[in-house]
Amino acid sequence: MHKLSGLNDFVVRFANVNGTGSASANTMFAKAIFRMGIPVSPKNIFPSNIQGLPTWYEVRVNDRGYLGRRDGIDVMVSVNPQSMKKDIAAVKAGGYFLYDNTKALPNELHRDGIHYLGVPMMGLCMEQFTDPRQRQLLKNMVYVGALTALLDIEVEVIQQIIREQFKGKEKLVNPNFEALQLGMQYVQEHFEYPLDLKVERRDLVGDRILIDGNTASGLGALYAGATVAAWYPITPSTSLVQAFEKYANKLRIDPVSGKKNFAVVQMEDELAAIGVVLGASWNGARAFTATSGPGISLMGEFLGLAYFAEIPTVLIDVQRGGPSTGMPTRTQQSDILAAAYASHGDTRHVLLFPSTPKECFDFTADAFDLAERLQTPVLMMTDLELGMNDTMSEPLTWDENRQYDRGKVLSESALEEMTTRFGRYKDVDGDGIPYRTIPGAHPTKGAYFTRGTSHDEYAGYTEDATVYQASVERLLLKWETAKSIVPAPEQYQTSYQSNLGILFFGTTTQPALEAIDLLREEGIELDAMRVKAFPFTESVRHFLENHDQVFVVEQNRDAQFRSLLVNELEINPKQLTKILNYDGFPITADFISTSILERVHALKAV
Amino acid sequence: MSFIRPTFRHPDLPTNKIGYSRQDYEGALSTLCAGCGHDSVSGAIIQACFDMAIEPHRVAKLSGIGCSSKTPAYFLNNSHGFNSVHGRMPSVATGANLANRDLMYLGISGDGDSASIGMGQFVHAIRRNLNITYILMNNGCYGLTKGQDSATADVGSVNKSGHANQFSAIDMAGLALEMGATFVARSFSGDKHQLIPLIKAAMSHPGFALIDVVSPCVTFNNNPGSTKSYDYTRDHIETTAAMDYVPYQSEITAAYDEGNSVDVALHDGSFIQLHKLSPNWNPFDRHLAMNRVFEAKVKGEVLTGLIFIDQNHPDLHAMLDTVATPLNQLEQRNLVPGAGVLEGINAGWR
Repeated sequence: MHKLSGLNDFVVRFANVNGTGSASANTMFAKAIFRMGIPVSPKNIFPSNIQGLPTWYEVRVNDRGYLGRRDGIDVMVSVNPQSMKKDIAAVKAGGYFLYDNTKALPNELHRDGIHYLGVPMMGLCMEQFTDPRQRQLLKNMVYVGALTALLDIEVEVIQQIIREQFKGKEKLVNPNFEALQLGMQYVQEHFEYPLDLKVERRDLVGDRILIDGNTASGLGALYAGATVAAWYPITPSTSLVQAFEKYANKLRIDPVSGKKNFAVVQMEDELAAIGVVLGASWNGARAFTATSGPGISLMGEFLGLAYFAEIPTVLIDVQRGGPSTGMPTRTQQSDILAAAYASHGDTRHVLLFPSTPKECFDFTADAFDLAERLQTPVLMMTDLELGMNDTMSEPLTWDENRQYDRGKVLSESALEEMTTRFGRYKDVDGDGIPYRTIPGAHPTKGAYFTRGTSHDEYAGYTEDATVYQASVERLLLKWETAKSIVPAPEQYQTSYQSNLGILFFGTTTQPALEAIDLLREEGIELDAMRVKAFPFTESVRHFLENHDQVFVVEQNRDAQFRSLLVNELEINPKQLTKILNYDGFPITADFISTSILERVHALKAV
Repeated sequence: MSFIRPTFRHPDLPTNKIGYSRQDYEGALSTLCAGCGHDSVSGAIIQACFDMAIEPHRVAKLSGIGCSSKTPAYFLNNSHGFNSVHGRMPSVATGANLANRDLMYLGISGDGDSASIGMGQFVHAIRRNLNITYILMNNGCYGLTKGQDSATADVGSVNKSGHANQFSAIDMAGLALEMGATFVARSFSGDKHQLIPLIKAAMSHPGFALIDVVSPCVTFNNNPGSTKSYDYTRDHIETTAAMDYVPYQSEITAAYDEGNSVDVALHDGSFIQLHKLSPNWNPFDRHLAMNRVFEAKVKGEVLTGLIFIDQNHPDLHAMLDTVATPLNQLEQRNLVPGAGVLEGINAGWR
């Protein structure tokens, strides 16, 4: 029978029951390969549930550094009878099915063309360990041991990770070592090992880190000087505020008083969470909230107020599958339009699209500068895939010379020196951005009445048609200013090489870059652009206008990003071909390349 | 439309101890209906702030949407104001307060704003003991949309269009007590002798201070069948205690009978002196207060005065253990842990 082979190039999927401690064992597996200097890309595929339902963890091992998901499973580690039938079907021909054979596999689960590797995981644990809970947890370590032998993972690396994992709980180190050994030994005694699919130490990771985007975003807010975080729990954004709070509890304690240089408040709903952000920002603190799709819907009204009353607002949207409650534990990029034009009336908001944890950190920090400079909401659009998966990334860095841009705020002395009447909404500099004052700044100057009703340059209520129109047109001028300060798109060529282009953003980046390589092998050359922000800069228009066809890759049903391009840049929609993945799983390079290949052939046929 | 008052001041106007005249606490001219109870409340706020010699720029006034929420434009012109969205003032005030604990926060809301659309935010701000003076101008109807019943309209109360309310009324003072409010009072816009000292006491209270002010809507709910009219309120008013607000280090001048008067020391060194009208009255007993509010509701009385006070409950900042320095005054050097620390964090993710 055909056996899959591959050095540092395969996909392992773990099929577990959630709530059984498998996550920590699976993470150790991925980390061990990462520490052997080989790029890895782990993805959690989990249910919206706490205990008892199927959950998967998929690790792509890849020498060439492709971090997107790849179709097809080379090795399935199956410890969940509920999903076994599906899991067996998912294995590639010639692939391996590692399972717990403490109980014999029913005949109907035998499939030709794949290799069954039975290891009595539970049986071995029953013999070795007495505590029932421990047996359950250590069973996970047994399969890690089996994989260590089968894939030729350096056992010392795993052991070191175990030691670190149980630092402070040293009692647990030995049982884990034993379980690891049980799995390895069983493989060594019963199978030919290692497999032709295996790992070998490389030096391809460098100083990169393996971190989830939400933690990186939380750290970005911390470094950006956020002092107020208000939130309402919602998957997949919850861990972002929790990461902020965890690090703040260590790094933001006043050395003299021992008290906190920050406030985190779990509010009663998303409306209140964003309300706190507006109140705190209005009062001169850096504040933020994080949410996901349903929260964006709820926050709409306040976003409109922040836009019109010109209050800096930082919001991180960790997108999930919609519409409505949708698929809370699956990934999508489907809040694009809801975020770009959130709230009634004529509104538009600055969006940022990070594609790596490092960018989650950087863009979160940038979001505060942009929000205060522009006095408007800035929404960072990440997603579950980036937010909740450990992702290989350049290390996080902070430039010690970086100074926060607090925007146009009049200090007490600036107010004191003012000889003309302060106008909160007066465009003094001609860039559409007025000056603001912070409550309490000056005894007699600078006070104004913030309102969501139409207002004149002095913040007074007005229904005067001319005054109103001038005020909303000034906001458009400000929007033009925004174009010059948001992150510019990334170009992947110095000059255009092709009449075909591919445009992507956020988490479609990794698979898109791999797809470009795959298509090149097919003789198709694509110019590429990664958009990092909305409003779109002139370079985006230039890219679109200078290619006959541009494939716009995104993860939603309705091609929302494409709609935004068409609407904002008045591009002929026929020039923009949709490449859409919206099943809730991260988009793969194979999907992108196959879809584009079909379209290119179809174009040629015409 | 707001009208700006002339800034001319008569040189002989009396000033308070920080040199401000009463006019320095005024705002734009009111655009509410003539005789609106809310204008009396604005007047009481102006008087209270003048008497207490509060620096206007140290106050932030916040509101939601509705007639009541328009009033912050009509007092304290030198204070920053924030007219937010309907029912959401408590969250904006929470954020503002978190950013700068040193300012005084004055929240203005109405019965539509707090008892209906903003019920969630109202009760949760109370639960967190947000340090704010929360004045709820309660007229039992939606004035700005022409007189629909609100959730505080009493069952059977008839509005101007002749419609009698059928739905159970929410007692905001009772609700606040249930939610754990640390200062609960009720007053009447027509009784400034009671309202002004209550506002002063509320502003001195270090936590959530609710004053539920019955403030009749002259245009839509001041008719004979209404239970939120001037006449009904005057006829049914019951008071827990007469009260005087005694500023810090002032002599207590009001003379009450021994045994019937209670001095309530406030956080900032001032006092409230209560003259109990009922011998069983005790403003420190939440259970008793809840019973009394419920009793009054059953009897159709408008129970006014200070109903409950607890000065010892920690406010939101105390519960969050934040630094004494306002968070909006922390500088970058206090906030950035540094590049070296980040390198250490990176190492933990390898």
